[in-house]
Amino acid sequence: MTKKTFKMDIWFAITLGLLLLYLVFLLFPMGNLFRMAFYDGESFTLKYFQTFFTKKYYTMTIANSFKVSTAATIVSLIVGVTMGYLYSVYEIKLAKTVRMCIVLATMSAPFVGAYAWILLMGRNGAFTVFLQNLFPQVEIPSIYGFGGILLVFTTQLFPLVFLYITGAMSKMDNSLMEASVNMGCSGVNRFFKVIVPLIMPSILASGLLVFIRALSDFGTPLLLGEGYRTFPVTLYNEFVGEVSQNKGFASAIGIVAIAITCAIYIVQNIATVKTSFAMSALNPVPKKKPKGLAAFLVHFYIYLVTGISILPQVYVTYCSFRNTSGMLYIDGYSLQSYREMFGKLHRSVVNTIKIPVISLAFILVFAVLIAYISVRRRNALTSSVDMISMIPYIIPGTVVGIAMVTSFNKPPLILTATTTIMVISLVIRRLPYTIRASVATLQQIPLSIEEAAISLGASKLKTFARITIPMMSSGIIAGAILSWVTLVTELSTAIFLYTARTQTLTVAIYTQIVRGHYGVASAMATLLTAITIVSMILFNIVSPEGDITL
Amino acid sequence: MSTITIKNALKKYGDITVIEGLNLEIKDGELFTLLGPSGCGKTTLLRMIAGFNTIEGGDFYFNDERINDKDPAKRNIGMVFQNYAVFPHLTVRKNVAFGLNNRKLDKKTVTEETDRFLRMMKIDEYADRLPQNLSGGQQQRVALARALAVKPDVLLMDEPLSNLDAKLRLEMRQAIRNIQRDLGITTVYVTHDQEEAMSISDTIAVMDHGVIQHLGAPKEIYQRPANLFVSNFIGRSNTLAGRMENGSLILEGSRFTHEFWVNIPDGPVKAAIRPEEFLISAEVQTGIPGTVTDTIYLGMDTHYMVRLESGEEVLVIQESTLADNYRMGERVWLTLNERKINIFTEDGNRNYLRG
Repeated sequence: MTKKTFKMDIWFAITLGLLLLYLVFLLFPMGNLFRMAFYDGESFTLKYFQTFFTKKYYTMTIANSFKVSTAATIVSLIVGVTMGYLYSVYEIKLAKTVRMCIVLATMSAPFVGAYAWILLMGRNGAFTVFLQNLFPQVEIPSIYGFGGILLVFTTQLFPLVFLYITGAMSKMDNSLMEASVNMGCSGVNRFFKVIVPLIMPSILASGLLVFIRALSDFGTPLLLGEGYRTFPVTLYNEFVGEVSQNKGFASAIGIVAIAITCAIYIVQNIATVKTSFAMSALNPVPKKKPKGLAAFLVHFYIYLVTGISILPQVYVTYCSFRNTSGMLYIDGYSLQSYREMFGKLHRSVVNTIKIPVISLAFILVFAVLIAYISVRRRNALTSSVDMISMIPYIIPGTVVGIAMVTSFNKPPLILTATTTIMVISLVIRRLPYTIRASVATLQQIPLSIEEAAISLGASKLKTFARITIPMMSSGIIAGAILSWVTLVTELSTAIFLYTARTQTLTVAIYTQIVRGHYGVASAMATLLTAITIVSMILFNIVSPEGDITL
Repeated sequence: MSTITIKNALKKYGDITVIEGLNLEIKDGELFTLLGPSGCGKTTLLRMIAGFNTIEGGDFYFNDERINDKDPAKRNIGMVFQNYAVFPHLTVRKNVAFGLNNRKLDKKTVTEETDRFLRMMKIDEYADRLPQNLSGGQQQRVALARALAVKPDVLLMDEPLSNLDAKLRLEMRQAIRNIQRDLGITTVYVTHDQEEAMSISDTIAVMDHGVIQHLGAPKEIYQRPANLFVSNFIGRSNTLAGRMENGSLILEGSRFTHEFWVNIPDGPVKAAIRPEEFLISAEVQTGIPGTVTDTIYLGMDTHYMVRLESGEEVLVIQESTLADNYRMGERVWLTLNERKINIFTEDGNRNYLRG
């Protein structure tokens, strides 16, 4: 009897409110997406799916996406695991800066990397021209297509592996290392027989994360793909393409995308459950000073990888100060690009601050509320809110964009082309991450603290406001900064929803690149990088030991 | 101040009944302990009184007021938790003042009362520190001051000492006892540590499987436990199977008699003999014969493990003497302090020596 009756209190009302919001702004658009995919205005149909799966033009894109994502995952794992391992066991000079650069490489806007590589290695790229002059008879490998996408994915995604591996290594007790040496297992042997199995859960988790990111990445293949068409780009083209604007077909592709990410998510869950075990280090592995040739090789490798992955940002920053004339860079340096950015494009700068700030406020409030009801007030109703809130976790950003724009373009709710719809989409997309982080923080707070407050006469709301929230605050603030960075650099949803009035920096960079205005695009990208750096410094101050989870 | 009356309490988790038909009366101003092994339902019962667990049946009263459906925030209870539950983001002073502020008292009263309890618990010198800079014992003092400052009708303590080290535990035990007596506040204390319960309580309820096995004063519970479970849980006890014949106890082939036993019916029984209720001797060769298998000298007492001829091993504790200890392998005879030992029904559910 007690299980089925809900206690009528303030939390019950909040739960109902949240459920209602999710019904309107998530379940309705997703339902609408399914309706468009399976219903052609008259009857139930599978023709969109039929078209998709029978035409090589479309099936190719899935094959391409899988190919390039798999390759990116393998290379990222090799680079990320070796980097993470060396970073954890050796004293590296400038270790903190190296780590900062690596984090920065993954936190940049999705296609700034791609764009920078075009500037460097594109047809007129600085590096290409340099090499061409040096070796006139040799054909310089093209940055466009498979190879280029792979390069950009790897430099952007290996940091995820790096962060997971350094996290796992810090939880490994030194006695395990000593014990294995004691039993005659050291060096490379120990790496493969002891260390790799111990950090396997992190390797798998980060590998799958890299795979999902690569698969759903939209900006990089859009700029670098050219003939090499991937799935998210096709989705975008089918939707906004001026020739064949077919919402039903785009929705069907969206549903295929959801099915794929769902499958990967399930695989990930099974893999983590099977390989996970708890470790905690009393004595973490001490870093040792590498000697002689080893010292040189270790530093060379770490600096080289870090250098390559941070190169795009550095080069874009450099370009942002160059003079431009029309579409070309010309000699001389000035703040011309910045003037232009703050001049006619100042709106996108304002939007890049305004939209994420508003979104972040909503995200924090909702995340804390949902975390609280799902941890402290577990019942059928709160569990369903918790479950619904996780749905966006497995829906690619592009699909969220399509669902939103097609669902709120007619009465009773017309939201297209408003700031509101951008905020709603960002809130829905980012909430799952922030909720998980808040849940983790909340679970570390013993229930008895809240009971103590209540037994001392504080009301439920007062206990929440005066005791629970302050105790969660450090975790919330750290999470908020990470969320902020992802919101600022978001592209895949915004690109479906923006208008001239609501365009953000990421969208603006994309449109400027497409139009060939490289100077302004560089200035904008530099501004994004600066925002990211400042945020990361802030994060380090707020939570010096904090894990960076993206 | 308050009496607590519990009638027919029922607690279920889903379909599992944890407590059923439990009745209890706690007198005004007494320190009442719920004692039992983990999982016996003692904390569940405490949390039902506090209002943090739902009550599936029965009636709970503070004095004459039924509190079943009363908001926990309005029951006017003070609660002390095992993990202290001190608010980590508030200073010691603010922790103690928290409850007073919720009572909407004027500022002056809040300050005065806070100071009074800070001094009483000897934590006034840490008043402006954050709890993370205090030791476990100091944190528990903050928790106690915080709970007492609101002048609760009832003080509830859930294993308040079990996170402290042995020395602090003794010290805090005494502090709790003294302050409880001074303030005369009705207190319900939960613990699994029988020594702690014995030393602190006016009344103990020994619980197992959601049922109160024995309710009484510490001395009574130790000397005349209601059943074999209580006998074994409180202190140490050797249980030997025996037989009654015409008011005599036949144990391991030896016959013992005492006037207390004349009315016990003939048949198999269980005898519970505490280690100090044996008398060991190698010279006087009467009683139960056995062989010493281990000797542990602990200063004040000496412990002997003795294997009886049935193969049963018993623990015997004697005050240490100047003479040599009995050595391993030495043959000894055990007699009983008949007035003190307890005789239970064969199933161990009833003590023949309780009226």
